[in-house]
Amino acid sequence: MERQIRYQREANLEWARQFTKQPGGERLLSCIQCGTCSGACPLSIYMDLTPRQVIALVREGFREDALRSKTIWLCASCYACAVECPQKISITDIMYRLKREAIRSNLYPKRFPIPVLAREFCEMVRRRGRNSEFWVVFRMALRSNPFVLFSMARTGWDLWRTGRLSLRKERIRRINDLQFIPAASKEVD
Amino acid sequence: MEPPAKYLYYPGCSLKATGVAYEESLLTTLRLLEIPVEELSDWNCCGATAYMSVSEASATLLALRNLALAHQAGTKDVLAPCSACYLTLRKSHELATHYPEAAKDVERFLEQAGLPRPDSVRVRHPLEVLYTDVGIQRLRELTVRRLQGVRMASYYGCQAVRPYGEVDDPHEPVRMDEVLRAVGVETVDYPLKTKCCGGSLTGTIHEVGLRLNYILLKEAQRKGAQAIVTICPLCQFNLDAYQREIRKQTGEPIDMPVLYLTQVIGWALGGGFRELGLHRAISGRKLIEQWFTVKKEAETYV
Ligand code: SF4
Ligand code: SF4
Repeated sequence: MERQIRYQREANLEWARQFTKQPGGERLLSCIQCGTCSGACPLSIYMDLTPRQVIALVREGFREDALRSKTIWLCASCYACAVECPQKISITDIMYRLKREAIRSNLYPKRFPIPVLAREFCEMVRRRGRNSEFWVVFRMALRSNPFVLFSMARTGWDLWRTGRLSLRKERIRRINDLQFIPAASKEVD
Repeated sequence: MEPPAKYLYYPGCSLKATGVAYEESLLTTLRLLEIPVEELSDWNCCGATAYMSVSEASATLLALRNLALAHQAGTKDVLAPCSACYLTLRKSHELATHYPEAAKDVERFLEQAGLPRPDSVRVRHPLEVLYTDVGIQRLRELTVRRLQGVRMASYYGCQAVRPYGEVDDPHEPVRMDEVLRAVGVETVDYPLKTKCCGGSLTGTIHEVGLRLNYILLKEAQRKGAQAIVTICPLCQFNLDAYQREIRKQTGEPIDMPVLYLTQVIGWALGGGFRELGLHRAISGRKLIEQWFTVKKEAETYV
């Protein structure tokens, strides 16, 4: 990453404080920048910012830098960082919050398959109550990069051959139970 | 701890599709152990990691609906074999019980859907059931066949042994090795046992996903394992389904069986090849056939 200079006035400390109120983020301000999270993270070498850098940016209130990073989307929510952090900060939950805000503020990288997958997944669950792995992946590919479908074909065939590819779209009986979803996500998050 | 009278099985989406062999082998194993189990009626998707990335409140409620249904059914123990389901269900339960503010919202929304608060429900994992409820001693007694001279690496993946979970120690888990050894399987030291497989990354940022799985397979090989044993449908899928591609990219002859713990245990307890879903493997099929096909006269009873 290029070295960039930020000024105090660009920091949004108000925003940073929100993280300390969420479950897992209470101890954000006690981060000692030890880098244990980055060391534990199996994906840090593929990220543009390491988890430690993301935590530093969040804590100081550099909102856009944190929200625009690819790091938050590469995070596989494996909790390795959270388990190892000596200050008991749930970095994973902070990443989740950043993902949600990036989607809501439209700051995620366009055609980047991960946020697209997340949205397709939720859409399917909201309508049916269950997700079909096949259809979610299929729709994600169409919306991000249709060419990957060719490379997926071979794996698809292997799964079909072994009876592991289900094309069924299931639906739960009491789908009305899920009416809380739009309301809950508007009101509480 | 007194083992429960009955488990309510929460399959989640994977165990009905790519992970169907996990369902088959789990149900067969429980049958052989004479443990009553029933599928949770009208269960919905747990939301996995994707829903949490879009809306925390909805994700929590989505997961909690399942526990509320279990509560209504009068069962205390919900069995969630998929690591992502297991963690998501437990996490939502904890949010709703330990964070008063979240709990208030949860209660309000659940009430609107006519659902109870699922306070008394416990979310359990098959490894816990085998290790804690059944126990090593009983597994040893019930073993009817042994895999001779096969070395396996027990692989936990990430979410089953992270915060929220009670499956095993997050730093140095050992229960899977103990369970495997109880039925006579030799296990190797596998330092990557809790390193994440990348989850859905193989489908999104494919190159990165492949690399993570290559490292896991390679290290198992280096430690002398002939197979990897998993407890999560996503781990199994990633490690099993992409070996062809990994071979092509790296030029290395990797063709390693990736089994479910319940397949190995179920077989040792006397389960059949197909009822344990062993025919559904993609990689290492020859070895799997060689190890698990029972030739009547050659069978080694213990
Ligand atoms: S491991 Fe914890 S304390 Fe160390 S840098 Fe990461 S978040 Fe900060
Ligand atoms: S939860 Fe995310 S940031 Fe933490 S170790 Fe796993 S992938 Fe890295």
